[in-house]
Order: sequence, then C-alpha cells, then structure tokens
Amino acid sequence: MRINVNVNGAMLEAEVEPRLLLVHFIRETLGLTGTHWGCDTSNCGACTVLLDGEPVKSCTVLAVRADSHEVTTIEGLWSGTDLTPVQEGFHVEHGLQCGFCTPGMILTATEFLERNPDPTEAEIREAISGNLCRCTGYENIVKAVQWAARNGSAQEVGA
Amino acid sequence: MQVPARFDYEVAGSVGEAVQLLERYGEGARLIAGGHSLIPMMKLRLAAPEVVIDISGLESELRYIEDGDGALRIGALTRHREVLDSPVVREWYALLADAERMIADPLVRNMGTIGGDLANADPAEDLPAAFVALDSEVLVRGPDGGRTLHIDDLYVGPYETSLDHGEVLTEIRVPRAPGGSAYSKVKRKTGDYAAAAIGVALSMEGEEIESIRIGLCGVGSRTLRARGAEEALTGERPGSEAYRRAGEIAAGECDPIDDARGSVEYKRDLVRVLLGRTVDKAVERAAGREV
Amino acid sequence: MATVQGHTLGDRMPRKEDGRFIRGKGNYVDDVRLTGMLHSALLRSPYAHARINSVDTSAALELSGVHAVITGDDLAEQGLAWMPTLAGDTQAVLATDKVRFQGQEVAFVVADSTYIAQDALELIDVDYEPLDPVIDSRKALDDGVPVIRDDKEGKDDNSIFFWDAGDKEATGKAFEEAEVKVRQEMYYPRIHPAPMETCGTVADYDVSTGEMTIHLTSQAPHAHRTLFAIVSGLPEHQIRIISPDIGGGFGNKVPIYPGYVCAAVASLVLGRPIKWMETRSENLMNSSFARDYHMVGELAATSEGKILGARSSVLANHGAFDAHAQPGEQYPTGFFPIFTSCYDVPAAYAEATGVYTNRAPGGIAYRCSFRVTEAIYLMERTMDVLADELGMDPVELRRKNFVTKEQMPYVSVMGWEYDGGDYEGALQEALRIAGYEELLEEQRQAREEGRIMGIGLSTFTEIVGAGPGKKCHIAGIEMFDAAELRIHPTGKAILKLGVKSQGQGHETTFAQIVAGELGIPAENIEVREGDTDNTPFGLGTYGSRSTPVCGAATAVVTRKVREKAKKIAAHLLEAAEGDVEYEDGRFYVKGSPDQAKTMDEVAFAAYTNVPEGEEAGLEAVTYYDPPEMTYPFGAYICVVEIDRGTGQVEVKRFIAVDDCGVRINPTVVDGQVHGGLAQGIGTALMEIIDFDEEGNHLNSSFMDYLIPTSMEVPNYELGEFVTPSTHHPLGARGVAESPTVGSPPAVVNAVVDALSPFGVRNVDMPLTPNKIWKLMREHGVEA
Repeated sequence: MRINVNVNGAMLEAEVEPRLLLVHFIRETLGLTGTHWGCDTSNCGACTVLLDGEPVKSCTVLAVRADSHEVTTIEGLWSGTDLTPVQEGFHVEHGLQCGFCTPGMILTATEFLERNPDPTEAEIREAISGNLCRCTGYENIVKAVQWAARNGSAQEVGA
Repeated sequence: MQVPARFDYEVAGSVGEAVQLLERYGEGARLIAGGHSLIPMMKLRLAAPEVVIDISGLESELRYIEDGDGALRIGALTRHREVLDSPVVREWYALLADAERMIADPLVRNMGTIGGDLANADPAEDLPAAFVALDSEVLVRGPDGGRTLHIDDLYVGPYETSLDHGEVLTEIRVPRAPGGSAYSKVKRKTGDYAAAAIGVALSMEGEEIESIRIGLCGVGSRTLRARGAEEALTGERPGSEAYRRAGEIAAGECDPIDDARGSVEYKRDLVRVLLGRTVDKAVERAAGREV
Repeated sequence: MATVQGHTLGDRMPRKEDGRFIRGKGNYVDDVRLTGMLHSALLRSPYAHARINSVDTSAALELSGVHAVITGDDLAEQGLAWMPTLAGDTQAVLATDKVRFQGQEVAFVVADSTYIAQDALELIDVDYEPLDPVIDSRKALDDGVPVIRDDKEGKDDNSIFFWDAGDKEATGKAFEEAEVKVRQEMYYPRIHPAPMETCGTVADYDVSTGEMTIHLTSQAPHAHRTLFAIVSGLPEHQIRIISPDIGGGFGNKVPIYPGYVCAAVASLVLGRPIKWMETRSENLMNSSFARDYHMVGELAATSEGKILGARSSVLANHGAFDAHAQPGEQYPTGFFPIFTSCYDVPAAYAEATGVYTNRAPGGIAYRCSFRVTEAIYLMERTMDVLADELGMDPVELRRKNFVTKEQMPYVSVMGWEYDGGDYEGALQEALRIAGYEELLEEQRQAREEGRIMGIGLSTFTEIVGAGPGKKCHIAGIEMFDAAELRIHPTGKAILKLGVKSQGQGHETTFAQIVAGELGIPAENIEVREGDTDNTPFGLGTYGSRSTPVCGAATAVVTRKVREKAKKIAAHLLEAAEGDVEYEDGRFYVKGSPDQAKTMDEVAFAAYTNVPEGEEAGLEAVTYYDPPEMTYPFGAYICVVEIDRGTGQVEVKRFIAVDDCGVRINPTVVDGQVHGGLAQGIGTALMEIIDFDEEGNHLNSSFMDYLIPTSMEVPNYELGEFVTPSTHHPLGARGVAESPTVGSPPAVVNAVVDALSPFGVRNVDMPLTPNKIWKLMREHGVEA
C-alpha cells in the first residue's frame, strides 16, 4: 500500500506491506535508527515517537496507520545545532547511561513538559512510567526533566 | 521483535462502510482502532486475521466526550488519555479517572480507545468493570441498523461479547452521574493487569446508600457485577461493619483463577478488602470530600 | 577540581559520549546496515526435553525471500553443531539429537527480512518426541530421573560439580561448641539481566579477502574474537570484532550465543552480511540467566553475638549446558567464597553442588560480580536471622563482628586479602543519613497505629576487579587488561582500551584518569573501545573490573608516557632529567618553577625536537596484571511499608553508602548506584524466571518478567565514603555491582523486619503481593 507520511517535517512517500510496523518503517525503510525497540509486548517504550504530536509506541502502530499523519522521531528534535532543553537536561543531569531508552524518554518528556511545564516529581514519574530504563534507576531522568522544566523557555542552551 | 503474519488491509471511510466490510469479509476480519490490544496479539501470532479493517480515521463520527442532560456520552474512538484528562469525568465520574490512571501506561493511553477496550471483552481490563458500575449502555451499529444494549448484557465470556460479528460499537453512554464513585486496583507494577480491581458507583439518600453498583475486574471469566454485595449495601449506612459483610459476599461472588498475579484465595481476599476501601472512597466523594 | 582548560580526575564531569545518544545518533548493532545484508530468525524448541526425530525445512525453503535454512545436521557436517562454553563444557549450537531446554535453538533461517524469516519459522516441521523434563534442581540428582547430558560419553547422572572451600573441620568444631546457632534455607531465584537492548550480531564475511567482520553485542570483544577463532577455525588475524554502542550489558552480553555462531556460518556460506537480533522473548528465555541458587546459611555465635563460625551450602542450577562464565575452573561458584564478607569470622566452610536441569544455560550474569550477589544475600539474611535469635538489634550484631580498619589489609579465613575497608565508618554514615533513631521511633509509632513498617540493613564487602593472572582466567586467558595512549603533536591524545562500556561512561571517566596524570583536559582525550582491530587486547567489562584493572592500566600507561615526556621536557629545559619535576601538566626545573614547559610544548617537541637517543613520538601500551582483587564495600538501609490488606510492599526510602575508593567521576558513580539499586529492588520485589512442571517458561516477556518503572522506585539517598585501595594505582575500586549485591538483602531484611512482630523470620524473593499477603494471613495479620 502506498502511504504518505510527514516525518520530521518532510513529506515522504513509500510503498509498504500493511503488516509493517511503524517502528520498522522508521528504522528500516527510512533509515532513522534513533528510534529503538526493546521488547515484543508493547511494554518498554524504547520505540516511542510522536504521532501527531503525541508520544506513542511505534512498535504497536502499523505504518499504514501513519498515512496522512505526522511522525516526529528523535532526529526531528535536533535541528542540527542547538539542543532542546530536554536534551540538554539529560546531558547536564546524567540522565542517560547506555542511551538505548533515551530517545523515547526524551520524546515522552518533551511532550509532557509542553502540556505540563511546571510538574511535580510525582507527575514526572507518572509521565515516564511507560518508558523502561534498566541503567539509571530513573533518579537522574527525573532530575533531567526537572532541569528542562526550569530551563525551558527563555534560556539559551548550546549544543 | 516479533512481527505479525501477513494480512489484507482496508480503511473504512464511515461506520456504515465498516459494517459493510465486516459483512463482506466475515469471520476472518477484525476491526482495528487504537490497535493496542490487537497488534500485540498479532505480533505474538495469537491472532492472525486475514483482513484488518481500520476505523481509526472515523474521528468526526466517533471521537467525542459529551455531557448534557445529566448523561455522559463517549464516542468509541475516544482515547484513554482524553477520558483521564476530561474535567467532566474528573468531576462527575471520578471512577473513570481513577481507572484510567491505572490502565497500562501513559503511552498506551494515547492510542488505546474506549471502544476497542470495551469491545475486546478482556476480563482483566478495567474499563468494562468501571462502566458496569456506572450502569452504562453501549450503542452499536450493525447491518440491521443501530441498537442500544445495557452493559449488563454485553459480556458473556472471556473475549466474548454479545455483539454479532458484523456490529460496531460506536458509543458508551452513562445516563446519570452517580453521587460518588471510585475505582481501586491491585497490580504488581505499573502496566500490569489487575490481580483484582473493583469499581463502585453509588448515590446516597441522607446517611444511607440509596443505590450502588459494583463492577469486578480480573476475578472471573468475564467482567462481573457484585449483585449480592450491592444488595447488602443498599439502604445501609456506610461503615466498617457494612463493608465487612458486603466484602465477604463480594468475595464469594467472584470466580478468580490461579495465575502469576495471585492465587484464588488471594484474589478473593483482595475483593473483600478492596470493596470496603472503594465504597468508602465513593461515599466520601458523594459527600463532597476528596480523598 | 577542573584544570584551567577542562576537567580532570575527581570532577563531576558531564559525559562526553552523551552527544550522540541524546540526538538518536548512537550506533547499536541493530543500526548496522550493510549492502546485501540479510536477516535471520531462530527456530526454537517448544519442549524442555525431547528427542528430535526429524527436521523438515522444505516448505520454509520454498517461501519467497528465504535464502537458507541451517539445521543441526548441517552444522554437524562441519563439526560446528557443538561449541565449547566458558565453563569448559560443550553447548549445542543447533540441536541434533535432543533439545534440552524450552527455547533451545533448532534451526536458523536466513531471509530478505525479519518478517519473512519469522514467517518461515512457522513452515519448518520438527518431529519431537517429548521426554520427561528435570526442572527442579532439588530433584536433579534423584534416582531414576532422566539423564540430560546423554551426549557426554559415560554420563549417567545430572551432576556437574561438587566444590568446597574453607576449613570444614574447624568450622564443624566451632558449630559444635557454640552457644547459639542459626540455620536458614533460602532461594535466590532465577532472574535475568534484561538490558533494554537484546543480544545480536551482524556477521560480515568478505569472500574476496577472507576477512570476517562481526558486529557484536559484546562486553568482551577481544576474548570473543579469540574464542571465535578457536571454535570456527578461521584465522584470528582475519576476524575483526566490532562492539559498537551497547544498550546495556549487565553480564547478558558476555557469553557466545548460538545465534552469533549461526550468523557467522551463514555469512561464510552465503558470502553476505547476516544480521541476527534476538527478540525480547528469546532474550528472556534463552540468553544467560542469573542466580538460581538454593542456599543454606549457618552462623554459630556466642550468646553475646560474636560469630564463631559460618557455613554455607549451595545447590547451583546451571541449566542444560554448563555455560557458567566463571573466572577459572577453580571457581565453579565464582567468588561465592567471599561470603564471610565484612565480618571477622574465625572459621568458615562453603560447599556447593552444581547440577544440570532442563533450563537455559548461564548463571553468571546480572551484575553479580561472579556470584557475590548470592554470597552477600546469604550472609546478610543469616545475620538478621541470628540477630532475631539473639533478640539483638541487627546494627549491633554487625558492629560486634566487623573487620576493623586497623586490621587492613585483612586476610579472611577464606583466603582473600581485602585492600581496605572501614565498615564501621560506612555504617555510621548510613545510620546518620537515615536518621536511624528517628526511624526506630517512627516504626514504634507506626506499629501502634497498626501500620506495618520495616527497616532493613545490609552491610557488605564486594570483591571485584578480576583479576590476578595467577588466579583468574576466562577460557584460559589471564584476566589482565590493557591501555594504549598516544599524545598527538598538538597535545591532544587518544586512549585505546581493552574493556568495553555498555553505558558506564568510559569515554569520559578514562579520559579523566589520563587528565589526572598528565594535565591534558579530559575533553582533549579521545577514548576508543570495542574494535579488536585498533584496541589492545583486554578481557572486557563485567564484574566491575574496568576501573580496577583497565583503570589501573590507564594510570600506569599514562605514567609511562609522563616518564618520556619528562625526558623531553628536560631536553627542552636543558636540565638533567633528575632535576625536572612534574605537576599539573607542567614540567619544571626543581627550585625554579618559572622554568617550565607545558604538556602541549612537550608533545609538540616529541615530533619536532626529539632528544638524542630517544625515538620520536609519545605513546605507550601497558598490560596490567592486578596484584589482587579490589574490595568495594557498602552499608545500605531500606525502609518499607506493607499494605496489610493487599500485601503490596512499598520501598519508601533507600539509603546507600558506598565506598569504591577514589571516585574518578562522582556523578557517574552515583548513576551506577542508582541503576543497581533499581535492579536490586526489582530483584527483591518482582523479578523471577519460573517454570511449570513441564518446563514451560512462565516469564517470557515483559508482561510477565517484571522490571521496575519510574513508579516502583523511590528517590535514592546516597552517601559517599572514600577509603583508597591499598594496591590500585589510583586508589580506586570499581562500584557498579555493589548496589545489586547490597540492595536485595536490605529490602528482604526490611520486609522481614516489618513482619517479625508476627513471628516471620524469612521469606524468599520475589516478595510479590500474593506472597506477602499469604505470609501475613498465615501469621494472623488481618487486613
């Protein structure tokens, strides 16, 4: 089936099997390997992307579902120079170790802070509870999101 | 990662077309909305439909939360997250917000739909129990037109509803807001299904419980209603003695199985314990006290 | 303290490697895409124990897009159906005669895509003849049970080893004479490291050059390369292993798995790159598990609580093949003999029996420090049982028995020489952070209110940094490690290592080591690991060995470079070498600090103004054989509350004081502790790999193998303690496994403490709500 998807701001057209999962469309068809996968049962969230601006598990979405919709991957956050506050926060607060869950965490946190720019810690923990991390114990991920919340709008953050 | 077997794919342009497609393709066809029940099963190859009919595009027909005339109407394509965030739900139908907060995780709640959840008829899913407590009705469209059925008549067995294959669930409707409601769930961690969960919706008459409905999740081969416990509490003053009695009855009314989440005895005891806690929370809310 | 230009040893330096990960530009094995690459999938046995009568691949081969289907018989023709394991046993690559665990590899499909490969799996027809399985290790040596390893000539039972250490007689005597004795049976369940990235490979055989390049999720690329060469017969110089970014290891990526071998064989045969990535289900069911020890802990003591003897007995379930990644055949229980831990025990004895069962192979994994997790769990639980028996505060019991810092370096009765330890000091710090007296008061209050609150303690020493070549080896290779440092003309540097980070931050921390020794800012030092073609031979990263062994190698190699740099500086300063001093990146003439040359100037001169008799360049390589293991230690306190209605356990607080010697980057250390604590809490509360009687795996996905989310863990309260290692060049020890060692017993001790007023003395992990509920009701605790 022919699909047209807006991926990171660019309209892309592709011929795909109906059963092709969105995560594989992103990784294999488009070669955007920043989106990862870590399980078979929609538990881990390593595959998180934004679908029409909302974080979803791309391993549980058919690529054909994304036809005429917008997909934002981790690559779509990075404009080539500046980091976003969330990305900077993860760096400053040591919110990553192996980096495998990180793209998913960053996308989830980014959309969360757009909706809730001044969250409590409990709200942050709940917001990221669909993204598993095995390395950090979540402590510094929470701190990273808090850093981004404090340094979100006006602050200049460098690459 | 495990991936689905091949299937053919159709996009329905309207509910009517979805009905027609279901009729055309017969038993080998499945509807897909949010896909967060179907796709995981297809990846494990526990489900292998020949045709998948996508209704996710029918937003203008099926994605809404409306309240008016004391009734709540939720379109089948409404997402879990929307129900959770809805001010009307939080104010008047608090048990739905309670339940949604404990369903899966935030990412799943962005895609999963109310209609998909209800139609899936998984006895371990929370929303059916919550809507059972709310005395709800489902609207359905089929080849012979539309019909309404009470939720008490919807669930017949595990993953089995009383809907015909060619019928599409379009709306869930709660005719009247309860005085107070609450939902409790015991699970091993975030994202897990319930070892046991219970939804309560009630109205008070003075100091007494005037009417009450209790939905049970995860403790039977289908979503259950604890009618005996309801009877034991109707007309009663809330309190530990009433809860104790009703809890014992509810524990006897359910039919759990042994599994990784717990033994039969454990789950029965959970129902017994959770009943009092949940009724009490609903009573507090009915009195305008947030818990 | 930062240098003028940048960071150095001891700084909380933000990590250099973050840049690619926060942009989604990491390069993991599944990201590798090569021209002509094919994909694959493994057919696995549904039975735990079955004879294979036939394997019919014809229908699979006919599926469009399938290129090959390899069976055990195909491999057997090349002598490749079996491979050696790290424990000196053999393991089937693809089953030939029998399958011996559910999920065992039976056939390997190569296809255009993983989708087609998975389709093809359903078309392979295997005729199995099910056999009775042996699942429970406690039954494995019973009369009449099936012999699992009937492939071994003359094998007539399921035993693997019997091992013991210590002084059986002296310990027996101590027990006979003691006033107080306790004995506790316990089970450390089978669990799984479950890193977020599963295991996999891209094997790329180039027909034109004869070179095999293997992209591999490997914690030990050099060791893997040598093993590959030995097993496959391919010449070692033509094998290149590239371990790129790894999405978590925790020991899961130490063994060589059949999928790797199959991919390499397929690439050889087809002349194209072959990718094999396991699914999560395969990862949980078939890759190296951890623990699965039935244990008995015993302590003998005076009535005042002075320990006179310690004994342990272990039944080790190794699965169907002994693929136990132990540091030498004399350590079939790894470093379990550390079990006397931080206590001054005058007599001790440990014994263990290892058995085969119809479960997947493995055992040494999941941040265990080669079984120290099991040893410390045994001791800490038994200590609490002893405290309960004596009616003594667990804190007091430990203080009575700690090895003191004056006794360092302390040689334990089990033969280990500890490189330092102030256990009393660490415990004091933990008690201070926790506010122990207030906690006890809070618990008194809670109990009056009918709430069930528990406080659990765990004090321990670790043993890491394998290890001295005379004692430790992996498949015969001594466990040194290597560092190679080159300084460029403009004063920047490149450091190449024999270890391999899977998230531990080596690109930053090892640069900080060089910065500390040579004054070059860590920002200016490139760190390389993982490619066997351009790094020196090392044994890899596991068992918290990178800092103790390779960190030492890095310090030593930097000092070697500094020695030559001093010669060059002397030449530039026209002074005698003996008159030149070094400090903070400057070489100066003794007594005339203004007469100095910077490292930059010296580096440039190494290429432009080389002293007479010296070679140009400024580089060195060091292979470091550690003189001893290192012994990080800790004191942990866990506070829990239990819902008396539902049995749910909530960890309300977790205090962790760790001493890993000198801290290269305290932020990285903290992060390692955080991660290990989450894993330990998961271990204590929810993780288990369990089987039914038929050997069916009950936890084969993340729906059933439960690992904590952000909601199941508290904020951790960390404390720092620094006692330098007596022998490590930097005084550093390694830390990443201390939290997984120390936290499970702290959590269990807390839960037992919570329920001890009701007569509970022990409960085995995982402490699921059902289990705790049952325990409470059995002891009369009502909702």
